[in-house]
Amino acid sequence: MSRQELIEKLEKRAKVIRRHVIEMVGVGSAGHIGGSNSSADIITALYFYKMKHDPKNPKMEDRDRFLLSKGHAGILQYAALAESGYFPKEELKNVKKLGSMLQGHPDYLKTPGIEAGTGSLGQGLSIGLGMALGMRLDNIQRKVYVIVGDGEMAEGQIWEAAMAAANFKVDNLVAILDRNRLQATGPIKERFDTNPVIPKWEAFGWHVIEIDGHNMEEIIVALDEADHIKGKPIMIVANTVKGKGISFAENNAAYHNGILTQEAYEQALKELED
Amino acid sequence: MEIKDQRQAYGKALVELGRENRNVVALEADLGKSTMSCFFQEEFPERYFEMGIAEQNMLSTAAGLSLMGKIPFVHSFAVFASGRAFDQIRQTIAIGKLNVKICGSSAGMSDFGDGATHQSVEDMAIMRAIPNMTVLCPIDAVETAKMVKAMAEHEGPVYIRLNRNAYDNVTKEEDPFEIGVPGLLKDGKDVVVFATGIMAVKALEAAKELEGKVSVKVVNVSTIKPLNEAMIVDLAKGIKAVVTAEEHSIIGGLGSAIAQALAKEEKIIEFVGMKDEFGCSAKNYAELLEHFGLTKEGIIQAIHNVIRNQ
Repeated sequence: MSRQELIEKLEKRAKVIRRHVIEMVGVGSAGHIGGSNSSADIITALYFYKMKHDPKNPKMEDRDRFLLSKGHAGILQYAALAESGYFPKEELKNVKKLGSMLQGHPDYLKTPGIEAGTGSLGQGLSIGLGMALGMRLDNIQRKVYVIVGDGEMAEGQIWEAAMAAANFKVDNLVAILDRNRLQATGPIKERFDTNPVIPKWEAFGWHVIEIDGHNMEEIIVALDEADHIKGKPIMIVANTVKGKGISFAENNAAYHNGILTQEAYEQALKELED
Repeated sequence: MEIKDQRQAYGKALVELGRENRNVVALEADLGKSTMSCFFQEEFPERYFEMGIAEQNMLSTAAGLSLMGKIPFVHSFAVFASGRAFDQIRQTIAIGKLNVKICGSSAGMSDFGDGATHQSVEDMAIMRAIPNMTVLCPIDAVETAKMVKAMAEHEGPVYIRLNRNAYDNVTKEEDPFEIGVPGLLKDGKDVVVFATGIMAVKALEAAKELEGKVSVKVVNVSTIKPLNEAMIVDLAKGIKAVVTAEEHSIIGGLGSAIAQALAKEEKIIEFVGMKDEFGCSAKNYAELLEHFGLTKEGIIQAIHNVIRNQ
């Protein structure tokens, strides 16, 4: 497969994943559309290009691990897991129902493929650090990938983890910042500005790569580059659009946890058609 | 040589654990010289993680390590281990039933000099309220060593609170210890005292002093959660007068747990503990305990009260 073919395949997959997100949110019930869609291309590249993992053997020791620190985008990860084959796609329509294996935020015990529970922001990077340190102790030559949000960067614990990862020279920890520039209540610049982003991560001792978070080629190049960095943890700052792929949701904070009318629902699916 | 200091007993036991099980690791937030996790660092530096003064990161990192099959023991003062990182404990470790062991050192008033900010009166209450959490409070150094071993064998999150100061042991090496099983220290029929930690030692002293006047049963409740309610009911059978004693607030800790267990029984209960107030500084431990009524005399008074009121 040529590089171009690979990228097209991944882009197609990302569209399917975005469709799953919209189908899971459905009509009349709130769902984290914005923050799921901004990470959709990144998570597609991770699950379908970069990470070594086996949906039929989710606990395989020699696997890369993924953590969604911005756990409210859980439905995005469920879409990726279903597409990968961790569980039947039919399960997706049961998300958040009483007794469902798919909870409102990622649940370690209930969902195959979820590496740790997240939902309380700012904690996933620390969990990833712990996994990376554990891998090193056992000489497991794999990586931990963690998606964090730019609103989430206000959480102090993110910076505790950042300091610690640099101190421990954890080069098997790759963080990806879904920099969609919005938080629930509006644009970060107006609400609580966590910028400048890149100088902060560099000052904390991380190797920083900046990309367009919706350019599949840039994403895979960055993930490949991360493989060659030694002695420093890696932060891929992905410039993204909240709600990417759905015209009325793009850059719209209302869709952080938004409700779709029947019309909007159909419109969204139409825009995500092949 | 017999160890009388819970922290020393803990530190030594952790090293022994580390020798038996290469998956045991330890994390610290700059208090290693106090929590005695420093012993572990000396012997297993590659399995020891100085996380800096960043408790929240420390707990979540421990969660990650446990997900890699490690058995992380995390350390800080009780007030910080339970309070500062509460959300981290709850959200990932407890919900996920992860195998993280949390050591809350210098609990209660035992850090007598540092004052209210360092004296935990609520750690047992808040840890107890978390589902899937096991909460331990050893009576003495001898029991502490057994608890460390039991913690590692137990699957799931565990919180242990340790006393900062040395005092004579009341339990023996050969006494069995099992998580969840309260220990009958002394039989009696007029009143039953359920106590934990150093207050169980003082309860024994109170019982001895009242010999001939009041027949006092003393029970060491060293597992606060899960509390075997059937055993508690059984231990209080035929006795209406009950006293609880803890180096902790009377809200939410041992007293509350015992009261809940005995709620369907006809009992009069008196609670010895911190009366919904913070600690303060003192130049020595005994003086501070006396100031707050956490004494043999305080328990004797409670025994008289409850017998009078029954």
